[in-house]
Amino acid sequence: MNKILLIIQREYITRVKKKSFWIASILVPFLIAAVYTIPVLLFVNSDDSRNVIVLDDSKLFKGKLNSEGDYTYIYSEKTLEEAKKDLKKSNDDIVVHIEKDILMNPKGVQILGKKTVGIGTQHAIQGKIQNELRNIKLKNAGIDLKVLEDNKINVDAQTYTLNEDGGEKSSNSGGAMILGGIFGFLLYLSAFLYGSQVMNGVIEEKSNRIIEVVVSSVRPFQLMLGKIIGVGMVGLTQFLLWGVLTFTASTVTSSIMSGKIEEKVQAKVKAGLSKDEIKKFEASVKSENPLNSISDAIENVSLGKMIFCFILYYLGGYLLYSSLFAAIGSAVESPSEAQQFMFPVTIPIILSFILAQFILQKPDSPIAFWASIIPLTSPIDMMVRLPFGVSNWEIALSLTLLILGFIGTTWLAGKVYRVGILMYGKKPSWKEITKWVFYKG
Amino acid sequence: MSIILEAQNVVKRYAGHTALSGVSIQVPQGSIFGLLGPNGAGKTSLIRIINQITGPDEGQIILDGERLQPKHIEVIGYLPEERGLYKKMKVGEQLLYLAQLKGMPKAEAVEKLKAWFIKFDIKGWWDKNVEDLSKGMQQKTQFIATIVHEPKLVILDEPFSGFDPINANLLKDEILALKEKGTTIIFSTHRMESVEELCDNIALINKSKVVLSGEKKEVKNRFRDNTFNLEYSGALAPIEGVFEILSAKNVEGITKAKVRLLDGTNANQFLGQAIQQVDLKAFNENIPSFNEIFIKVVGEDANTIL
Repeated sequence: MNKILLIIQREYITRVKKKSFWIASILVPFLIAAVYTIPVLLFVNSDDSRNVIVLDDSKLFKGKLNSEGDYTYIYSEKTLEEAKKDLKKSNDDIVVHIEKDILMNPKGVQILGKKTVGIGTQHAIQGKIQNELRNIKLKNAGIDLKVLEDNKINVDAQTYTLNEDGGEKSSNSGGAMILGGIFGFLLYLSAFLYGSQVMNGVIEEKSNRIIEVVVSSVRPFQLMLGKIIGVGMVGLTQFLLWGVLTFTASTVTSSIMSGKIEEKVQAKVKAGLSKDEIKKFEASVKSENPLNSISDAIENVSLGKMIFCFILYYLGGYLLYSSLFAAIGSAVESPSEAQQFMFPVTIPIILSFILAQFILQKPDSPIAFWASIIPLTSPIDMMVRLPFGVSNWEIALSLTLLILGFIGTTWLAGKVYRVGILMYGKKPSWKEITKWVFYKG
Repeated sequence: MSIILEAQNVVKRYAGHTALSGVSIQVPQGSIFGLLGPNGAGKTSLIRIINQITGPDEGQIILDGERLQPKHIEVIGYLPEERGLYKKMKVGEQLLYLAQLKGMPKAEAVEKLKAWFIKFDIKGWWDKNVEDLSKGMQQKTQFIATIVHEPKLVILDEPFSGFDPINANLLKDEILALKEKGTTIIFSTHRMESVEELCDNIALINKSKVVLSGEKKEVKNRFRDNTFNLEYSGALAPIEGVFEILSAKNVEGITKAKVRLLDGTNANQFLGQAIQQVDLKAFNENIPSFNEIFIKVVGEDANTIL
């Protein structure tokens, strides 16, 4: 036992001392912070106000295209030629030319820009004209404008989750999807990342020829287990660092963000915008930040339960796969030789990732249920399902099977490992490796 | 002399072949024991069983009067033929790690290692990365790793392979120093000159069986065939029933000949006869070298020898 501790210590310390470990640990949280900060900052800082000169040959739109958001519509009596000429000199950005027969010919609209007209701008102006055109046509058909106003209804459904005691909680399926996706991806990544670290560690010991010295001091199984646990703890350390640093980074960036947003709001107040419009602006800023919907989802499933399950499923999934990776490492002499054997092991990992996309859509389907129960796919797929709410008995069943699963794979891997590490010079086949399982002593 | 290690009828089978079939050896306490044999004879299989890296299918190993068990790992030091080190680790850390795996407490290991660093004059190496060491330096490091925990039994598998003459001599001196301190040493080799020089006892394994074993002198005696080398001037004629001439070659008036004494003639009787015929310059018994013994035993069918 004492010797396993020594091995764990060595595996852990040599890896944590590496520069690459710290680069990854520090860089990733900043990337995460950047991913949600940058869109918000871009949104807040963007100054997209445009002056749009409207040349309305049809005379239908006069006074109807109200300035809205970033677009200020100015009516002009100039001819198209004059407007084109003036555009170059003036502060105006865009000229819209509406042809005379616009009612008959909806294609009779031209948008001219100083610079290339972006697709967003095109859609905004098009939508505006299209809306008004529809109103005009409806009015011509004899429908009252008041009826039209009443018809503008926005449906915004609220989703709720029933509590165990029958009460209801508002749920946020968008946030749950994001959170589930993040969990799934992290576990998917860690299976590969740390699994292959174990494999490469085994290959290193074998190709360095240190292995025989070590296994004359400890049992091969102890060495394998020590390595797996040591690398697993490196993974946990990395997750912990990521968690703490992401939290710190996001605290810093959100205080910067709220400062920026406040500035912008003040500017809008000064510009004399109505309260409604400011509220709208604040809401749209909020929608740019995925963190908000995630924090809503976290309120739904308890954070403690989520972290608890994440650690257990990480460990279970990691132990399950890394022992298989260790067995592969023991059978080969170089990472390139390992490729052919890795394929069958990576299939279930990739499969669970593919299933995860499906589970995000239908978290309660039978496929989602079985994928989160069967040990090979459960580490990733249960974590994907978890933010949507999973009953405790399912988690207990899936964890029990996962524990049995990794005991099984570790046992099997140990059998292959103790033979493989001392085999040099011949390329093993699957048939050969299977035989190793049944070797005695 | 007491026996420190005994292998009793050890059998080890692998899928396709038998590596050891009924191998028995006895290693006397405090001796240097040569495990000889051609490549693939089963030496490394036996060594791995003694090191408990693998287990025997049949038979058993007795160490110090006890059946081999995990605690014995700490009293054995092993330098494998395929040896290496963790390249990315510092020399000191690495040796400390290996010593602790052998059950040494950390403080004691540090102390012992420091003593070795001073002895080998490598004090500056402690914080060096292994990958920055030359091959000879790595060999020294490996040797320290093998014996730092002061094992009772040291097993060296082809210890001289890859050593330059200076390091080989250093290693030889250390082996002799260990013996001096009462350590038992088993070393496997197919380099017969080192057997000649160092070993007290030998076992020759061929095709998974022990085909020859015993004390070095006694084994050599077994292969004496009553032949003698002599140099003389003049003409020597064989005498029936006393000796025959196997070969003779005349170089600048001196004849170098090889003779075999017959029918229980001893050397004195032969000399009495010979000096009557020729002017004798030199005379010595033709004792076979281990090289010759090795080639003879391994080359022929093993069964006819024993």
